[in-house]
Amino acid sequence: MSVVEATIVRKTALNSVHRQMGAKMVDFNGWDMPVEYPASIGCGIVAEHMAVRTGVGIFDVSHMGDIRLAGREALAAVQHISMNDASRLAIGQAQYSALLYPQGTFVDDVIVHRLGEDEYLLVINAGTREKDFNWVRDSTRQFDCAAENLSDDFTQIAIQGPKGVNVLQKITDANLSAVKFYWATRGTLCGLHNVLMGRTGYTAEDGFEIYIPSDAEISARVWYEILEVGKEFGAVPCGLGARNTLRLEGKLPLYGHEISDTVNVWEAGLDRFCKMEKPDFIGRAALEKAKAEGVKKTLVGLEMVDRGIARDGYKILDEAGRETGYVTSGSPAPFLKKNIALAYVPPAQSAIGTTVTVEIRGQGVRAQVVPTPFYKRPKKS
Amino acid sequence: MPYPIDRKYTKEHEWISADGTIGITNYAQDSLGDIVFVELPKAGTEITTGKPFGTVESVKAVSDLNAPVSGTVIAVNEDLATSPEKVNKDAHGAWMVKIKVKDPAEMNALLSAADYEKFVSEEAAN
Repeated sequence: MSVVEATIVRKTALNSVHRQMGAKMVDFNGWDMPVEYPASIGCGIVAEHMAVRTGVGIFDVSHMGDIRLAGREALAAVQHISMNDASRLAIGQAQYSALLYPQGTFVDDVIVHRLGEDEYLLVINAGTREKDFNWVRDSTRQFDCAAENLSDDFTQIAIQGPKGVNVLQKITDANLSAVKFYWATRGTLCGLHNVLMGRTGYTAEDGFEIYIPSDAEISARVWYEILEVGKEFGAVPCGLGARNTLRLEGKLPLYGHEISDTVNVWEAGLDRFCKMEKPDFIGRAALEKAKAEGVKKTLVGLEMVDRGIARDGYKILDEAGRETGYVTSGSPAPFLKKNIALAYVPPAQSAIGTTVTVEIRGQGVRAQVVPTPFYKRPKKS
Repeated sequence: MPYPIDRKYTKEHEWISADGTIGITNYAQDSLGDIVFVELPKAGTEITTGKPFGTVESVKAVSDLNAPVSGTVIAVNEDLATSPEKVNKDAHGAWMVKIKVKDPAEMNALLSAADYEKFVSEEAAN
């Protein structure tokens, strides 16, 4: 028998706004979040997904966390805990990275922003806020810098899609055409000063993420203003349902699924974000050893061949019906109009074109290993 | 919205008409969101009251279809294999299976349209 602790559900500053708009709410890692908005306002997971792919969608992602590392040795601290090379970052530039355990497995994935000369912002996952902050604080004690948990200070709104830049430009004086992908700027936004705006996101589209004060009134005002100016571009509010289908099409990992404390960088296929040529970082030695030994499982993309939807946790079988792997994330893909999944399989089943069997409610259903990402956004001409 | 009075309802949001046609209610399709997959039994399959006889999948979730009463499947709506969205568009028109009802008296235990309407308004309030 296990004792179930009563958990207090956490809410973002925009919680009552989502409820007022009629969003279906869901518990996501202890957060009361919108999964989708009503069909009556032109929403629903599929409509929201398509809006981001063709126009623009607006997400409340305030559940994510923020850790600021600042001080004389801030770069050294970041370099110690993060696998990517932060020394390449100019002020205003950002990079995708991960914090690793000594075993080379994942504490969390993270966006590292260089905000100033000796100032960095780590944007982390909702479910790992406290774990990450404790990890960062404890792992950087030896450096002359301070780690601050700013997670509750911000309402973070993602404006995602090819028209995202058009929408944001209407409410800020910052010149967004000068901001390249994975760079950030500061500017006045809806009357708020010095707002951080990053050209980042989790949708495999162009777009921005803005960080405004987490005051409920300010947050609501800005949210509604974004939706208002976004109307001409077809902007709709989007929930976690579409957030998941969008990131899945783009093969963006989700902590607890593709990456976790039982998976290493090589297995997850995140080699290109891991700079082994850096002198040292937590996890480096274990990764060196793991590289020499070779991976026992590898992350692949699957497309369903037979009728059926592979979902998180479903088993992968070999021809003899033996369990060889598992689905980490699986769902219908609204833009691609296919049923897709990411899964860990042994190297022997990982070649493009390999047919695998997914166990769906006791039945074997065929899928094929396909190249990833499943979706890549069109290059702007 | 008024629920059609030509049929009976379950607390699991299925409907069954007098001729044994079964589907899910408008409340169910609205709760599920975009329906992307419907899995139905073949003709000849026996279904048992309260037990799952198929599944309806939305983007995010898999839901069981539960038998309102016991019977044998005599027809299946093959349309839903290629156009599952028909259930969202018209849940009360998009029939799923038709059964030969084993014991018509079982229908009496089901909810009338008025009772079902009351039931969902209480559900929605929670």
